[in-house]
Amino acid sequence: MARTYLTRSAPEIGEVERRRWMFRHPVVIRITHWVNAVCLLVLLMSGLQIFNAHPALYWGNVSTFDTPLMAMSSTEDYPPRGVTTVFGHAFETTGWLGSSTGSNGEPADRGFPAWTTLPSDQDLTGGRSWHFFFAWVFVLNGVAYLFYGLVSGQLRFRLIPSRNQIRHFGASVWEHLTLRFPQGVEAKRYNVIQKLSYLVVLFVLLPVQVLAGLAMSPAMDAAFPFLLTLFDGRQSARTVHFVVAAMLVLFVIVHVALVLLSGFWNNMRGMLTGWFVIERKVEPSAITEEPRA
Amino acid sequence: MAAAAMLGGCDRLGNAEWFRRTLKTGEDANLFVQRLLLTDRTLAPEFTEADISPWFKPNGTEDPPDKDYKALAKGKFAKYHLEVGGLVEAPFKLSLSDLRKLPARTQITRHDCVEGWSAIGKWTGVPLSELLNRAKLKPQARYVVFHCADTMDQGSLLEGGGDVEDADEVPAGNANPSMTKQSGGDESRKDFGGQQATEDDAASGGTPVRFYESTDLVDAFHPQTILAYDMNGQALPVSNGAPLRLRVERNLGYKQAKYVMRIEVVESFANIGAGKGGYWEDQGYAWYAGI
Repeated sequence: MARTYLTRSAPEIGEVERRRWMFRHPVVIRITHWVNAVCLLVLLMSGLQIFNAHPALYWGNVSTFDTPLMAMSSTEDYPPRGVTTVFGHAFETTGWLGSSTGSNGEPADRGFPAWTTLPSDQDLTGGRSWHFFFAWVFVLNGVAYLFYGLVSGQLRFRLIPSRNQIRHFGASVWEHLTLRFPQGVEAKRYNVIQKLSYLVVLFVLLPVQVLAGLAMSPAMDAAFPFLLTLFDGRQSARTVHFVVAAMLVLFVIVHVALVLLSGFWNNMRGMLTGWFVIERKVEPSAITEEPRA
Repeated sequence: MAAAAMLGGCDRLGNAEWFRRTLKTGEDANLFVQRLLLTDRTLAPEFTEADISPWFKPNGTEDPPDKDYKALAKGKFAKYHLEVGGLVEAPFKLSLSDLRKLPARTQITRHDCVEGWSAIGKWTGVPLSELLNRAKLKPQARYVVFHCADTMDQGSLLEGGGDVEDADEVPAGNANPSMTKQSGGDESRKDFGGQQATEDDAASGGTPVRFYESTDLVDAFHPQTILAYDMNGQALPVSNGAPLRLRVERNLGYKQAKYVMRIEVVESFANIGAGKGGYWEDQGYAWYAGI
């Protein structure tokens, strides 16, 4: 039985009876969600700004300038062509990576283009200021979320899959692939894939991202040398920071796509006001019949 | 469209003074927390001979254009003297060979440029604490300023030359041309201009803005803070800061001043350069460079 304290029955009248209003997102979760969304966007864009100061990635302690894992550059031609090299393979990426149109309309030698970075023009110190400030907001917001989630029991309730859910993991994957979203009682809680994704993001990707970020700080490496052991060196940490950022972007894309597909307004209302509507599960054959209580 | 508008809005926000000051609190927090985490003697990681980078990327000034410096370099720095003064009881000058006779420290450390790259080098030099103890700081001493030989190319710098990609043309401090363009630019430029105008009179027409850096006494007396004259077992090459460069480990590359000529102990650096404590700091970079 799902926790009843989270639901409130709508007035018992005809049509409305099929829908149940559910108070899904407590205010702390709603606030931390949106603060987090802003932080991730700013951190991504200011991070790309910082990356652009030296748009190449390496493994180990130091930069092996001749043999980067990945590098973006521009050619001497006019207009310059952008070239991105990944594991020794060169790809032409003009307009996107290596060379793109700057805010003045002229071709600019940039790793990532102006519209993806914050500030939009080349401005390393500006990017660093944005990045560090929002990194602090992100971490404090995350700590507030975790503290609240643990104390209120929300984390456990929301994110730990039930035994039943784990048993039906395969079916859940299939439901997801066919974009059939749970209805009725099942919609009151996150499904098993949702839960596992959120757990991975919350307890793997985000902590790794913070640690990799800290490992790039020479002072933090002095205070906590194990950071270098953990990531196999500062340049590896920088690479991990980049790759995890890409994984977080992927997560956000899927997250937003599913929000759109599974009822945009309902989801948005849920995350803005807390109230979420659950459509009652009605068997196809029963649709024409009288609504049952 | 919405994204472009938002980005434009962020750029405008980033240029507003109050917002810039707000963002800077993040960097203040970095200093505060890192000073809590590090003791005065916590060492930066040291590496082995095998870890030394085959090529230690020079950045910033690689060949100071200054006549005086060129003359010194031509004479293999035999006429070079390091000057130690300011708020000290016993100011002094030391030649390079005198410096080499002082107790030395050798360390293999990682150099992290603010741009993102790293290189490992072996540095031998005299601990700064050795020199400061010899000079005996006055009680009001709070910062150590390093005045360097290399004049910065103000022209390209103050114009912010976004197309300058060649490290050769870049000013000193292991920094990048991309560092020259930043949100704090306009303000610093004004400050900078004002400062130069007053210097103008004294400097008889020239406007030499030389590279400088500063540390507080925590970093100055740190055991790994040395003035290095050797790199990888050989005399420091000009491109890496000959004859003497600062190694202030636990900090980013732009703090590691090259071509150090004079050490000045001060109570405040408000009256030096644009008053932010260093050449790059005057361009908007954080004074604390531990992250």
